[in-house]
Amino acid sequence: MADVKRFTHDSRIPGWDRAADLDKEPAVVPDAATTEVPAELRAAIEDAVRRFPVGDSAFIPVLYAVQEQYGWCSPEGIIQAAAVLGRTPAALTAVATFYDMFEMEPLGRKTVYVCTNISCSLCGADELLEALEGEFGEDPDVNVRGFECLGACDIAPMASVNGAYVGPIALNEVPELARQIREGEDPLPAKQMIRRPCADPKVAEK
Amino acid sequence: MTDTLLFEHIDEPGLNTIDVYMARGGYTQLPIALKMKREDLITELTGSGLRGRGGAGFPMGRKASFIPKGDMQKYVVCNADESEPGTFKDRELIQKNPHQLIEGLIIAAFAIDATINYIYIRGEYDQQADILDAAIAEARERGMLGENIFGSGFDVQLELARGAGAYICGEETGLLDSLEGKRGNPRLKPPFPANEGLFNGPTLINNVETLSAIPSIIKLGAEGYAAIGVKDSAGTKLVSISGNVQRPGNYEVALGTSSRELIYGLAGGPPDGRKVKCWFPGGSSTVVLTADDLDVGYDYDSLEAAGSALGSGAIIVVDETQSVVELAYKLAKFYSHESCGKCTPCREGTRWTFHMVERIKEGTATPMDLDIMAAVQDQIIGHCLCVLGDAMAMPIGSLIAKFRDEFEAEIETNRNAREAQLAAQFSAAEGITV
Repeated sequence: MADVKRFTHDSRIPGWDRAADLDKEPAVVPDAATTEVPAELRAAIEDAVRRFPVGDSAFIPVLYAVQEQYGWCSPEGIIQAAAVLGRTPAALTAVATFYDMFEMEPLGRKTVYVCTNISCSLCGADELLEALEGEFGEDPDVNVRGFECLGACDIAPMASVNGAYVGPIALNEVPELARQIREGEDPLPAKQMIRRPCADPKVAEK
Repeated sequence: MTDTLLFEHIDEPGLNTIDVYMARGGYTQLPIALKMKREDLITELTGSGLRGRGGAGFPMGRKASFIPKGDMQKYVVCNADESEPGTFKDRELIQKNPHQLIEGLIIAAFAIDATINYIYIRGEYDQQADILDAAIAEARERGMLGENIFGSGFDVQLELARGAGAYICGEETGLLDSLEGKRGNPRLKPPFPANEGLFNGPTLINNVETLSAIPSIIKLGAEGYAAIGVKDSAGTKLVSISGNVQRPGNYEVALGTSSRELIYGLAGGPPDGRKVKCWFPGGSSTVVLTADDLDVGYDYDSLEAAGSALGSGAIIVVDETQSVVELAYKLAKFYSHESCGKCTPCREGTRWTFHMVERIKEGTATPMDLDIMAAVQDQIIGHCLCVLGDAMAMPIGSLIAKFRDEFEAEIETNRNAREAQLAAQFSAAEGITV
């Protein structure tokens, strides 16, 4: 594969540095009669279309369903979804590549998003990300990544573990958190945002 | 207390369920609003002086009055894609009091006769989306949503849509594209969403906090609500305070409260007696203010007079130990990552600003680069379809203008460090000492 030299900073499109395969046939709408679709995936796609019937508005929930089924937006899953929707795979891929939460590469199913935006980095988010990356290294099950503001600056520095917001995380709590993530336990239950009271003193007075 | 409207009962266990919400007086304003004439309801909303809480601060009632009348399908879309760095107020409202939002949204939908409505929540708010989904199902079950609600002849549907991680989808037209299942690229305006929005129908787009305030407006009346706060900034505002403060969190205050009271009184100021170096008054996209501006009143007009904006109502405090270069680096990195790429000044401007700040960190920049950087910011502002580029250009431009000496000092230090390192490498390779 040819080495394409480009600026490497934060390109949004995964795979932009791979050379295009010019001999590949253009993908057409997959044949719904011959494409095998797992029953759960088909049910999830049909539910999305029922809730979002106009045009292509079901695309995002459909891509979530594909990711749920395969752990990432795999080409196989995209083709199956395209077959059910009667659209080309490219139409779905074009949407999937825009959004940070759709994975275009196979990655760990357990997601750990560490917020590295302003408020969190003022409180030590970069060190937290480094420590968590150090804990998991190349672990194929866990997808640790720095993420943009997750909307939880009150518990900075924080991480979203499979969707559960946890913080503020002290560096000495990282090994315990890592163990809980590995073993599928509830991450630092006492520090989960869902249990945090409102900061406004007027609320507590009531 | 008059200045606790949105956060009234907020920490009550189970407030997210319809029973507790109704026991605390919830869904009592909806039937009152449904008995009003649509024009009167919009007049009431306009008279309350409620301004959009998402960032632009446009009067909510006026926006509703722009929706054309007629038989076409109209929509209300609630913008719950709260992704402005530093902002986390909508999260608390959705998580703890989702029915207040649903009640406000139904009233707004009735006002403009929108029968199909959506709440677009950011994909990262997974737990909050589940809570909201459950609340919508409850509201449907109890007849708050559905056909002919409260015998008014008004049919209303509400659906929750989840985003998937894109800051730009908080921009109203980017959000509409995303809701239509496309990449979230902003659209050219006009036509504004009020005329041609979701699926080309007239669409009213409002933030979670704006819609959540509507039941209070019906309850207090337009005049009662307008009496809270100061001139042209009516009502209460949730302020998210974060960064280098001792008690970060959401606080509900009457607009016009002094910023010093918010940062020091409520949030406790920076820890260990450190001083405030600068602060963002309305999320990371607003012009930074310094310690000299701490006595500015926290309302739309006073902050605008101080050269900044209230934005989404998120104060980020930066204390004296922090480096402004690091701050600019984080900002530029964020906006260049989130730029959708549709408009050239934003796509290239955010990218090159990021490269230039990176050069300062690497020690390859010169003080002249600061002038180029400032010029790049000027070229972005006002030259794009949406304000994402401006959202980087304003804070970075103001950081350079207000802390130029610190930038220059850091450029100098990093250059010297790099040159010393290169000299050491050279002498080691050549076997000579310089």
